[in-house]
Amino acid sequence: MDFFPFKKYTSRSFRIGGIHPPECKLSAGNPIVALSPPETAVIPIVQSLGIPSSPVVKKGDRVKVGTLIARSNGFVSANIHSSVSGIVRKIDEITDQSGYLRTAIFIDVEGDEWSEEIDRSEELVKEIKLSPREIIGVIEKNGIVGLGGATFPTHIKLTPPAGMTAEVLVINAVECEPYLTSDHRLMLEKSDEILVGIELLMKAAQVKKAVIGIEDNKADAIRLFSEKVRHYTGIEVVALKVQYPQGSEKHLIDAILHRQVGSGQLPVSVGAVVQNVGTAFAVYEAVQKNKPLVERVVTISGKSVHRPSNLLVRVGTPIRQLIDAAGGLPEDTGKIIVGGPMMGKAVVNMEIPVVKGCSGVLLMPSLESQRTKMKPCIRCSRCVQVCPMGLEPYLLGAAGELSLWDRAEHERVMDCIECGCCSFTCPANRPLVDFIRLCKAKAGAIIRARK
Amino acid sequence: MNIILLSTLLLAAIGGISAVILNVVARRFQVDEDDRVRLIEEILPAANCGGCGYPGCRGFAEACVKASTLAGLRCPVGGDELMAKVGAMLGVAAPTSVQMIAVVRCNGTCDHRPKINRYDGAQSCAVESMLYGGDTGCSYGCLSHGDCVKACRFDAIYINRETLLPEVIEDKCTACGACVKACPKTIIEMRKKGPGSRRIFVNCVNKDKGAVSRKACSVSCIACGKCQQACNYNAITLSDNLAYIDYNMCSLCRACVEVCPTSAIAELNFPAKKRQESVD
Amino acid sequence: MPENNIQKRSMSGFMNHHFIVSPSPHLHSGDSVSKNMYGVLIALVPAFLVAIYTFGLGALVVTGTSVAACLVFEYLIQRYLIKGENSITDGSALLTGVLLAFNLPSNLPLWIVIPGALFAIGVAKMPFGGLGNNLFNPALAGRVFLLISFPAQMTTWPVAHAANRFSTVDVETGATHLAVLKGYLPGDSLHLIDLFYGKMGGSLGEISALALLIGLAYLLMRKIITWHIPVSIFASVVLFAFLMGADPVQHLFSGGLMLGAIFMATDYVTSPMTPKGMLIYGASIGLLTMLIRLYGAYPEGVSFAILLMNGVTPILNTYCKPKRFGEVVKHG
Repeated sequence: MDFFPFKKYTSRSFRIGGIHPPECKLSAGNPIVALSPPETAVIPIVQSLGIPSSPVVKKGDRVKVGTLIARSNGFVSANIHSSVSGIVRKIDEITDQSGYLRTAIFIDVEGDEWSEEIDRSEELVKEIKLSPREIIGVIEKNGIVGLGGATFPTHIKLTPPAGMTAEVLVINAVECEPYLTSDHRLMLEKSDEILVGIELLMKAAQVKKAVIGIEDNKADAIRLFSEKVRHYTGIEVVALKVQYPQGSEKHLIDAILHRQVGSGQLPVSVGAVVQNVGTAFAVYEAVQKNKPLVERVVTISGKSVHRPSNLLVRVGTPIRQLIDAAGGLPEDTGKIIVGGPMMGKAVVNMEIPVVKGCSGVLLMPSLESQRTKMKPCIRCSRCVQVCPMGLEPYLLGAAGELSLWDRAEHERVMDCIECGCCSFTCPANRPLVDFIRLCKAKAGAIIRARK
Repeated sequence: MNIILLSTLLLAAIGGISAVILNVVARRFQVDEDDRVRLIEEILPAANCGGCGYPGCRGFAEACVKASTLAGLRCPVGGDELMAKVGAMLGVAAPTSVQMIAVVRCNGTCDHRPKINRYDGAQSCAVESMLYGGDTGCSYGCLSHGDCVKACRFDAIYINRETLLPEVIEDKCTACGACVKACPKTIIEMRKKGPGSRRIFVNCVNKDKGAVSRKACSVSCIACGKCQQACNYNAITLSDNLAYIDYNMCSLCRACVEVCPTSAIAELNFPAKKRQESVD
Repeated sequence: MPENNIQKRSMSGFMNHHFIVSPSPHLHSGDSVSKNMYGVLIALVPAFLVAIYTFGLGALVVTGTSVAACLVFEYLIQRYLIKGENSITDGSALLTGVLLAFNLPSNLPLWIVIPGALFAIGVAKMPFGGLGNNLFNPALAGRVFLLISFPAQMTTWPVAHAANRFSTVDVETGATHLAVLKGYLPGDSLHLIDLFYGKMGGSLGEISALALLIGLAYLLMRKIITWHIPVSIFASVVLFAFLMGADPVQHLFSGGLMLGAIFMATDYVTSPMTPKGMLIYGASIGLLTMLIRLYGAYPEGVSFAILLMNGVTPILNTYCKPKRFGEVVKHG
């Protein structure tokens, strides 16, 4: 009898606040389809947190898939590799998802020639031959960054600062944002590779234990992985309640390890290293197949989209191509969002290139895209009830409007993770996160100036 | 004893004791200070705008009394007239300096700079500029939400409903600098007022290449250099695809205004010349 | 309109699609101020039905007048004095009118109800800045103003279930249970079950504990309020009544305690924002209510207790912070 043993999966969750927006996982049943490379790849040099990378190619250079085209430029920076083969047309500016013009490398695509070092076979390579230091070296060389959206260079996360040791590797397979299903499909289709990737990460971080956190709405993935981890030592699966922001690093650690990372502290200070499940897969490909990070799974979805899909997209593809592959731009589109609907960025046109951190493209119908006019705060305290960091958004938002940066700093505005729970809940439709972000920028500048 | 008499005596006693306590405390904790600080503070405009660089008018009064000369101390609201009075009170020479005024350097009206998307966030220039470059093709131009208007304590700046650009009211502007600090795009600049309030300035802050900025706005500076060639006083410099007129060198001759192909240089408060097109 | 012209002109620009760009989040729960206000009004329906059944025509007339007066005054003040935007459709003035009426005896002359509404809206709400900015609960402020200004009329209640209550003939007046408990007026002590169902005299909305508790259940179910304030008030009243030697259950069910704890103390604007603050607020209201009821001159203390604690709310907001994520025991 195929009976799903519910009692084994007691759904844990983080302890403070949270909301439950409608899940809308429209593309969850659709397998990953590879999208053909674009005609012109536009690869921005800013694809990770930290310092922009420096281009190492110039106009006229011929590149293959996997050729290094921009070098890491400092401690917090990452290498960027070409995702296409062709000739570099120019190094110029394009409006990317930041909303401003940024430098990018434009490549005219010719064919699909891959670098000889990359192993393109589908065969699973389970044996791990490298030492921890070597693994981290390969990760750094291949430009792996966090694929959950933050794009923090992975090799830095795996090297804790002096005085701190990692005990547990937490794999973030939560995907709490509505609409996004790229991690879900990756888990269903590449489970073996992901598990080898997790083993690689465990070795690199020098931990004996790994926990994979998956939200309840992905019961098939929970089942699949619970079955497969039996063949591995030290890896377990934990089912988590469907609650936003379950996938936030700090809240995931709270839910799984029952430890709360202190204000301004790193997760490794409580012994945890968190990596997205997509990053684990990229690490497998980098170490076992010598493949740099040049493509990733992107969900394209929306209520009016004809074919919500999960596409394997080369970095540098304009989102126009993804929209066309999903059946074209719906008539009633009001907003295009890169990322999830709670924390993603609305973009100005369809030429925005896909970058390493782009997990989804959402086309929102125009009726849902317009905000309702804001009213005065009625002090209902719902924002306080839902804030997962235990802050008082009404106060921080008011401080932002009145430019009271010192007061905001005193009220712990720097702890805010900008998840959007407060703005989502506010009955008066106040743009709380807008002003809180402003407070964080100004208060952050004041704090840095003090040092 | 009669209740009325008792209550009266009791209240009187409380009043008397309170008076004594207040008197003792006032004497005991009195702060000695130079009386001149209070006298100067009384003649200051009491706007507490911070334009002098000190915390409020009180702070400025204290600084004046403490300093040996008035060099570097100036209240922009009161101007030379006020500083002369302060100087007289303290027995030192009062500095004179040039009167400045806030100048808005953007001419991106809806006609000149078409909109290419719609902004729907909080109505604040600071918030919008953190999000993206704005709802036009020019990511340097004015966002029209009025952060400068909110910052001004003298009601000297307002957003024109037709052009959606800020306009400075000449008579009220005290050059305190609040709007300059408030603008996240650094569009507003303090410039010399000039005789008869005349001034000439490049009405654009766009640093994109000429082709890009021209596409976004029909009156943008494309850094063609014609103004620099026309200027006989070396007042114009070009850097980062933008021309800039140094107000100390500018002789207000208007040669640059005439040669600019995109009408990006503005002249204010000049008598009308016999020309076909007028600079907006 | 200039808006449309701008749109038309820019449509011929070089971009075909005018996408909307705004900061995240891009989703909203759909909640609104009106939904919450009308939700509270729905929760008041059982109490209103009991009021009509018990007091007849008087209940309808007083409620109707109070609501109409509040709406009219808010509209006039916004239009002519403040010259700002009209907000009478958000439901808050309507709610103030209903709650004010529920605190009044149903035989109150209308020429007294109207100044009460004027005080509630025109003094306790609008001068502070309108919805969201008032310090004191407007309905309670209106009620206390009337109590102090017209003590005689505000303390004569109609007899419950009077035979002629649906006609326009004046109804006979009688005592409330609290007045009897205090010894001010003669009368029998009521059975618990009468108190619970509401077979007694009093202000319009306060008589039936059962109807009000149904309203509480509705509010909690729809998540319009949280349990902290009502529960802490009930617990505190029971505790202090017991400690002060009075019958806790009698005090729990009589007078305006139920109405006050469920609908007046939980008013968003005037109550604290954090759970800790709410519990302190509720406990103090209970304590103050019992002190006034047992040791003060008035038989009823809930209105004054709530108003006093409304004044303390800002300081509770400053010092009672929510539990922070990652908070260490010592304060940083």
